[in-house]
Amino acid sequence: MSKSIAEINEKIKKKKAVVVTAEEIIDIVEEKGEATAAKEVDVVTTGTFGPMCSSGAYFNIGHSKPRIKLGGGKVLLNGVPVYAGFAAVDFFLGATALPDEDPRNAVHPGDFDYGGGHIIEELVAGKDVRLTATTYGTDCYPRNRLDTWINIKDLNEAVLCNPRNCYQNYNVAVNLSNKTIYTYMGVLKPNLGNANYCSAGQLSPLLNDPLYKTIGIGTRIFLGGGVGYCFWHGTQHNPGVARTEKGLPTSGAGTLALIGDLKGMRPEFLVGTSFYGYGATLTVGVGIPIPILDEEICRYTAVKDEDILAPIIDYSQAYPALVSQNLGQVSYAQLKTGKVEVKGKEVPTASLSSYPKAQEIAGILKEWIASGEFLLSEPVAPLPGPKSGYAFKSLVERPIE
Amino acid sequence: MTNPAEATLVSRKVVLHFPRQLVDQPIVCNMVKKYDLEFNILRANVTQNEEGLLVLGLRGAEAAVDEAMKYLSDLGVKVQALAQDIVLNEARCTNCGACVVICPTGALALDPATRKVNFYNEKCILCELCIKACPPRAMEVHF
Repeated sequence: MSKSIAEINEKIKKKKAVVVTAEEIIDIVEEKGEATAAKEVDVVTTGTFGPMCSSGAYFNIGHSKPRIKLGGGKVLLNGVPVYAGFAAVDFFLGATALPDEDPRNAVHPGDFDYGGGHIIEELVAGKDVRLTATTYGTDCYPRNRLDTWINIKDLNEAVLCNPRNCYQNYNVAVNLSNKTIYTYMGVLKPNLGNANYCSAGQLSPLLNDPLYKTIGIGTRIFLGGGVGYCFWHGTQHNPGVARTEKGLPTSGAGTLALIGDLKGMRPEFLVGTSFYGYGATLTVGVGIPIPILDEEICRYTAVKDEDILAPIIDYSQAYPALVSQNLGQVSYAQLKTGKVEVKGKEVPTASLSSYPKAQEIAGILKEWIASGEFLLSEPVAPLPGPKSGYAFKSLVERPIE
Repeated sequence: MTNPAEATLVSRKVVLHFPRQLVDQPIVCNMVKKYDLEFNILRANVTQNEEGLLVLGLRGAEAAVDEAMKYLSDLGVKVQALAQDIVLNEARCTNCGACVVICPTGALALDPATRKVNFYNEKCILCELCIKACPPRAMEVHF
């Protein structure tokens, strides 16, 4: 038996769709079997909430009187530089951008208290942000300087536009050296002092649709507390990696590029975060609905933490040197017990991705769909799949003569 | 002396400065026996000029704790209330759990059922390792 997205949308409009979260579907499939579950359930909602550095937002602030051309000039938001290489009053703010005067890691480890991600959170929270610009004048755009407060409600466009979110699985980071290291996977204590992971596991969007059967270009999603869309595969999309017999990648694989109106988002789901000794970033909440079109898709959504394996990688030597290494595979069920065994040693685990927030997101998306206010979209094109040949390459450096 | 079981029990964190001539005496031992107090050593060191510094968590009947502080003052120990406290800002915490492996005493721990982060202030030794290890900077030092 199979259903179409159009049929499911008709049920959603009548508020008759059966919507469950990616946690709830596990028990339903266990009790009733996947055939019955696929018949009864129309949509499974997923969720994830983790630091996603390849995030940012573009803005159009409206024209000043007299006009100014920010393109080609230098523009700061609360002291953080933005990219203004567009037309007169468009610019892009990246999540990891830092104020020019931030000391970075001059005294290691640096604090990285404030950056682009924090500004995105403040804008979404409705706070005023100071825009400072210096540029060259032209006959049509005579001004050289601008110094003003801006507020998201007054901007023409404020659009979250993230080139890479929702990594399908991720490394477990450890430190084999004898000194503490400060990484994007958090503070890693020496001699296998801790093992940090970052995935919502059984709730994570791409682990519930491992072969990209339903998530594609044009998929409507929960993004940062508002509505967004998947607009492309994410950067570093790498679908061809090793997979278990259930199709689950055993390391980082697929990624998504996501976009949505920042004006409809909420600061609880777009949080500016700081990684000690590493940098500032944005922690993003994403929820993706999976239409249960057939039994196979239903089976994928019943994925459990114990089925999903992640590789353990040393971030003191192997990761920075780009040396391929795997100190073992562990499941998210093991990681969530609070300790895993690495090289014969019991190592405490910590997560950088918030499972309670992922549950909250899957729950909100479930409510949106069940109440008839959020319809599913039909993807206009699929993401490159495991057999597409699409692969993530390293940089081959060529000497400059 | 008040029976702690009957009186209102209080917990208090204090900073004690021991002058050089008192460093070698079992003052804390005598105090906890005399006033029936529970104590937890949060921090201890003897500085270069041999002055002793001790940060203690004390628990006992309110009157007994007050009397104990007077006992220390009378002996020449300088007593200060601990003016510093670590607070979990729940509005800022995303419950990721990055802090739980950084906290050396288990004052920050995940609830296995909800997977939310709990902060047990009484276990906190004010080492401040959590402050910068917390990505949303939800752990705060209050003075």
